[in-house]
Amino acid sequence: MENQYKLEVKNLDFYYDKFQALNDINMKVPAKKITALIGPSGCGKSTFLRTINRMNDLIENTHLTGEVLFDGNNIYAEKVDVVELRKKIGMVFQQPNPFPKSIYDNIAYGPRMHGLKNKEKLEELVVESLKKAALFDEVKDRLDKSALSLSGGQQQRLCIARALAVKPDILLMDEPASALDPVATAKIEDLIADLKNNYSIVIVTHSMQQAARVSDNTAFFLMGELIEYDTTETIFENPSDQRTEDYITGRFG
Amino acid sequence: MRREIREKAIELFFLLNSLVVIIVLIGIFYILLSNSIPAFREIGLNEFFTSARWNPTSFSKIEYGILSKIVSTLMITFGAMIFAVPLGVATAAYLSEIADPKVRQILKPVIEILAGIPSVVIGFLGIVLLGPYIARTFNLSNGLNALNGAILLAIMSLPTIISLSEDAISAVPKSYKNASLALGASRWQTLVKVTIPSALSGIIAAIMLGMGRAIGETMTVLMATGNAPRMPSSIFSSLQTMTATIAIELGEVPHHTTHYYALFAIGLVLFVMTFIVNLVSDIILHKYQEVE
Repeated sequence: MENQYKLEVKNLDFYYDKFQALNDINMKVPAKKITALIGPSGCGKSTFLRTINRMNDLIENTHLTGEVLFDGNNIYAEKVDVVELRKKIGMVFQQPNPFPKSIYDNIAYGPRMHGLKNKEKLEELVVESLKKAALFDEVKDRLDKSALSLSGGQQQRLCIARALAVKPDILLMDEPASALDPVATAKIEDLIADLKNNYSIVIVTHSMQQAARVSDNTAFFLMGELIEYDTTETIFENPSDQRTEDYITGRFG
Repeated sequence: MRREIREKAIELFFLLNSLVVIIVLIGIFYILLSNSIPAFREIGLNEFFTSARWNPTSFSKIEYGILSKIVSTLMITFGAMIFAVPLGVATAAYLSEIADPKVRQILKPVIEILAGIPSVVIGFLGIVLLGPYIARTFNLSNGLNALNGAILLAIMSLPTIISLSEDAISAVPKSYKNASLALGASRWQTLVKVTIPSALSGIIAAIMLGMGRAIGETMTVLMATGNAPRMPSSIFSSLQTMTATIAIELGEVPHHTTHYYALFAIGLVLFVMTFIVNLVSDIILHKYQEVE
């Protein structure tokens, strides 16, 4: 029963200086499922996402109390190697952010940093990652071209491929389609649905339709609090909290 | 109507100002070129560029070869870059990526002030401080040599290199660094593999500008390199750069003689060298801005 959950968040509080951005979050994220985080702007959903791979460490004057257990181990314990942690918990950002390098070098970056030098294995991994991200057919003839020459949607899939190349357990996505047009968005959503067979995915989205389309479970955040967390069906069909219902039906946000 | 006239007048004022500057610059180039041509005609390009002997006041054989001066200038310029580039880029990386913001706020202006130290003061330090130290360390009869000049020029070009490299490194989008860190790269890996390569064209431009300053520097090298107008054989040789030759000799040379024209010709060659360096850095900077 225990290992069905990849992540377990206990009594998590998070502060930007004196402002409390997250208030007593308790949540279990199941393995190989898609968990969507929804809520209005500034509700703390992105902040919460970044506590999972400790990207918030990079922001000055922040602090946190509580625990985030990844496979049962607190990632905020003292001896945790953040570099190792981020290898296992990959992240895709809101704006596509490929490096100004070739497509190949973008994907190969992570594995190279972690010591993979064998050229054949590296190439295999690059191709495999691009295929997983449903990008290979579009770029197979120009792997040596700059990643910046790709369209926004392709860039975002490249970023997903880049994250996959490190072989993470969990994939965090911070509004991965918000900067994209509807066609590119649909492609990303199809891709996310495919990825769930192998990865546990946590996705932040401000599009409720997107949450409804892709996720298994949905968590609704408001003003730094986790208001309701249930299966996506329950959240959208039969929410138990009035505020969730108001948000879902578009009365605010 | 009156406002229109005023606008026109202001426009004219700025136009005139920029015209004056441009005319002055073209004038300088014209004087340089017109005074150099007689030298090339009288000495011949071949002797001027390929002979290493500079003997304009000899009784037996007058010679005007500037090869040793070109070699001397290039030697201490590149020597200076060997010291200044690693030191400058590392300092820039430290300031923008590692240092506490408060430390940076203090250090960066301090380093930029370093650029304002008069070159004669640096040369002075070369004579009384660095020269004796080099002589002692390497067991030489005197320390006024290429190494001394190169180190001093490195110090003088450091503020330019550090300040502009720091700007370039700070301008690298944070999203690149976040992407790298989120992939499990360490801070060091991120700096070396993502941040510095992304800022590379800006860093190269900074190095070129620092180099431009080193090539044209006169007083420091005149004081600290020993003023020996011959071909340098090692970094411990005393030498005389193109700039030093002009500075020493132009005051005493009779006007409109071959010697006089030859000094202008050295100035022209120097101008072409710094022009090339500036042009290259400009091209690199432009390329950099297009990518952004």
